[in-house]
Amino acid sequence: MAITLIDGETAERRTVTIDPASPDLALLGWERKPEGLCRDDVCIRVGDGPLDLAGVAAALQRPLVVDAAAGVGALGASTRERGSALQSGQAPDFVLKDLAGREWTLSQFRGRKVVLYAYASW
Amino acid sequence: MWQTLHTELESLGLTVITVAFDKSPDDARPWIEAAGATHPSLIDTEYVLADVYNMVNVPTVLWIDEQGRIVRPNDAFFVSDTYTAVTGFTPDKPIAALRAWVRGDAPALADGIDARPPAPTDDHQLARTHFLLGWWLARQGRAGDAEPHFVRAGELAPHDFTIRRGSMLVRGKDPAGPEFFAMVGDWRGAGHEYYVPLPDLAPEHPAL
Repeated sequence: MAITLIDGETAERRTVTIDPASPDLALLGWERKPEGLCRDDVCIRVGDGPLDLAGVAAALQRPLVVDAAAGVGALGASTRERGSALQSGQAPDFVLKDLAGREWTLSQFRGRKVVLYAYASW
Repeated sequence: MWQTLHTELESLGLTVITVAFDKSPDDARPWIEAAGATHPSLIDTEYVLADVYNMVNVPTVLWIDEQGRIVRPNDAFFVSDTYTAVTGFTPDKPIAALRAWVRGDAPALADGIDARPPAPTDDHQLARTHFLLGWWLARQGRAGDAEPHFVRAGELAPHDFTIRRGSMLVRGKDPAGPEFFAMVGDWRGAGHEYYVPLPDLAPEHPAL
């Protein structure tokens, strides 16, 4: 039974329709090869058996929540990747829009000092 | 006030970027327009920044140098006295420190404080994944399906108020109302601080 899966590594929260029992890996941007799960030049070793969505998430070290009753799931960002990015000392780049819909990135301000101030109207 | 500081310090090389966590751009619009903002005033309707920078509350402030390195990690401070009566946080020290850093008169951070933001735990990233699912469901009009995911997220990361307070918006609760103050009361009653500022600019008499 396919579910709607939200990809938490995408800023726009992309969704794919995927079967947790036998996921189409291409929808997640990965390919099963003899070396393992591969994307671009990176391969992650996995066992030889069939790979369900939980197995993919475990191999990628990404948190997975599946709510079968609601027909949805979410694949979050890996603790290791988030942690190593922050521990590197380099400020992670981002793309966000202003009220006019224009896109801004942090990296466009390289060469200037930046204060990043996150708040909420609530 | 951030607009005032941006205007004052822009020619010295500072850009202020504000990011509003909100349900929609229209929720943030009155604030941005009232500030007459000329600096980048961005809106994050998906809490992407909270995830990427491991932010746990608002406001969260980071200082980033010309090479894109974090020189002052996640901090809680205010640059106006709007909330001083409630929080005990006063703006004088942070503003003076910011001016001194931009002018090159002082480092961004006192000696002995780690400039790297804290790394998240597995439980925290799992909490964020439950929040991601709940937020998506709530915005699809499926509040009932969303609710258990918000509850679980709060259990897994009870110190993350971008999740616990931010989700109130779509759970029929007022993020600045009695339920919020009850939540903060319970948290502080258990011996935790609501805001966890870096020690060098921390207020002497925090009330939250």
